[in-house]
Amino acid sequence: MDFGAMVDYLPLFEQAMWLTLRIGWIGILGSLVIGLVVAMITHYKIPVLYQISLFYIELYRNTPLLIQLFFMYFALPRVLGVGIDAEACGMLGLALLGGAYMAESFRSGLEAVEPIQTESALSLGMTKAQVMRYVVLPQAVSLSVQSFVANIIFLLKETSVFSAISLMDLMFVAKDLIGLYYNTTECLVLLVIFYLIIILPVSILGTVVERKLRYGAFGS
Amino acid sequence: MADEREIVLRIENLTKSFGDNVVIDGLDLEVRAGEVIVVIGPSGCGKSTLLRCINGLEEIQGGRILLDDQEVDGRSKNIAQIRQKLGMVFQSYDLFPHKTIIENVTLSPIVVQKRPKEEAIAEGEALLERVGLLDKRDDYPRQLSGGQKQRVTIARALAMQPEIMLLDEITAALDPEMVHEVLDVILDLAREGKTMIIVTHEMSFARAVADRVIFLEGGHIVEEGIPELFFTNPKTERAREFLHTFEFTAVRSHTVEE
Repeated sequence: MDFGAMVDYLPLFEQAMWLTLRIGWIGILGSLVIGLVVAMITHYKIPVLYQISLFYIELYRNTPLLIQLFFMYFALPRVLGVGIDAEACGMLGLALLGGAYMAESFRSGLEAVEPIQTESALSLGMTKAQVMRYVVLPQAVSLSVQSFVANIIFLLKETSVFSAISLMDLMFVAKDLIGLYYNTTECLVLLVIFYLIIILPVSILGTVVERKLRYGAFGS
Repeated sequence: MADEREIVLRIENLTKSFGDNVVIDGLDLEVRAGEVIVVIGPSGCGKSTLLRCINGLEEIQGGRILLDDQEVDGRSKNIAQIRQKLGMVFQSYDLFPHKTIIENVTLSPIVVQKRPKEEAIAEGEALLERVGLLDKRDDYPRQLSGGQKQRVTIARALAMQPEIMLLDEITAALDPEMVHEVLDVILDLAREGKTMIIVTHEMSFARAVADRVIFLEGGHIVEEGIPELFFTNPKTERAREFLHTFEFTAVRSHTVEE
C-alpha cells in the first residue's frame, strides 16, 4: 500500500467528510422532526393526514434512497420548472427517508407506554396535550432511543449514495481518486476509516444515552 | 336522623355497559362531604367501573353523575377541570417512571394548576413527610417498594387538593406486609374528614374506615348500611354469602398432646 498517497489524499477526504456530516446531521434532525409529526398524526389517527402519513411511510420505506434522490433531483425540476440545489436535495432526501423510519420508531415507543400512565395523568386533571407532553412522550422517547440510534447509523451510511447527484461526499472523492490514480486499495481503506470516524462515535454515544434513559425499561 | 352535610356527589340512574354486557345497571348514590364510603362486592360486580365512571374515564350509557352540581362527562371540554377535584388512586401504583418522587407529586400542581414551583415543592414535601417518604424525595419510582410507591401515588393525588378521593383496590397488588402501611395513610385521611369512595377487598379495613358500606352485585346496590350492622348482621342473603367467602373453617381438628 502506498501510504504516501494516502497522506496526500487525506485533505480531500477530510473535506468530503465535513460535507457528509453537514448533510447527514441536518437530514437527521429533519427526519426527527418529520418522524415526530407523522407519529403524532398516526397516533391520534387524524383523518386524511393519517392516510397520507401511512402512504408516505410505506412509499419511503420501500423504495431505495437512490431512486428517491433521482426523482427529487432530476424528475421534479422538470415538473415544477425549478431546479433544486444538490446539497439541499441531499438533506431533504435524507430527512424524508429518515422521517419514515423515525415515525415508526416514535410510534412503537408511544404504543409501548402503558395505558395506565395516560389514565393516571388524566385523573390528575391534565389535558390530553399535557399528558402527551409531560408523561407519554418522554417515556416513548426513552423507549425508542435504541431504534433512533439504529436509524441514525443507517441514515449516515445511506449518505454514500449522494455522489449520484454529484455531491462531493466521501464516496465521490474515493471514486474520483480511483479513476484518476488507480490507487484502489488505498482509497477504499481511507473510505472505510472515514466512515468509521463518522459513525463509531454515534454508536458509542447512543449506548451511553440509552443506558442513562433506561428508567422506562425498569417498570415503574 | 337527617344528615345535614352537603351532598358533593350525586349519581342518578347510572348505566354503563361494554357492548351487551351491562356492568352498572341504574345505580343511584349520594355522597356527602366528609363521608367515607366503602364499596365491596364480588369480582365483576362493577366496583372499579363505578369509580372510573365517576372520574369520566368511561363513557356512560345512561343516567348522570353530578359533582358539585356539575355534570361529569368524559367527552366534555371541562372534564380536566372536574378531574382536579377527584383524586384517583389505582391498583397498579402507576407513578411516572421518568420523574423523581417529588417531581411525580408536583408535576400536576405545577403544570395543571400553574402553582408557583416553590410552593408546589414545599407542599409536595409536606405530603411526602405525611406518608413517611420524605427521604425518598429524589429517588426514582423503580427504587421504591410497592407499598412505598402506592403511598407516593396517594400523596400525588392529594397534591391536587381534591374534594373526593377515589381509591380503586389500592392494596390488591401489594405484598401482605405492605398493605398496612398504605391503609394507615387512608385511615389517617378518614380521621381528618376527607371524603372518600373506597373499593377494597380488605374487610377489616373496610369495617374500620367506612361510614357507610355499599354492597354491589350485578351493577346494583344490593345492600347498604353502617359497617357495624352490615358486617355483623347483613340483611340480604347475598351479602351474607359474600362475607362468608372471607372466612375459613378449619379442615383438621387439632389435638394437643402432652
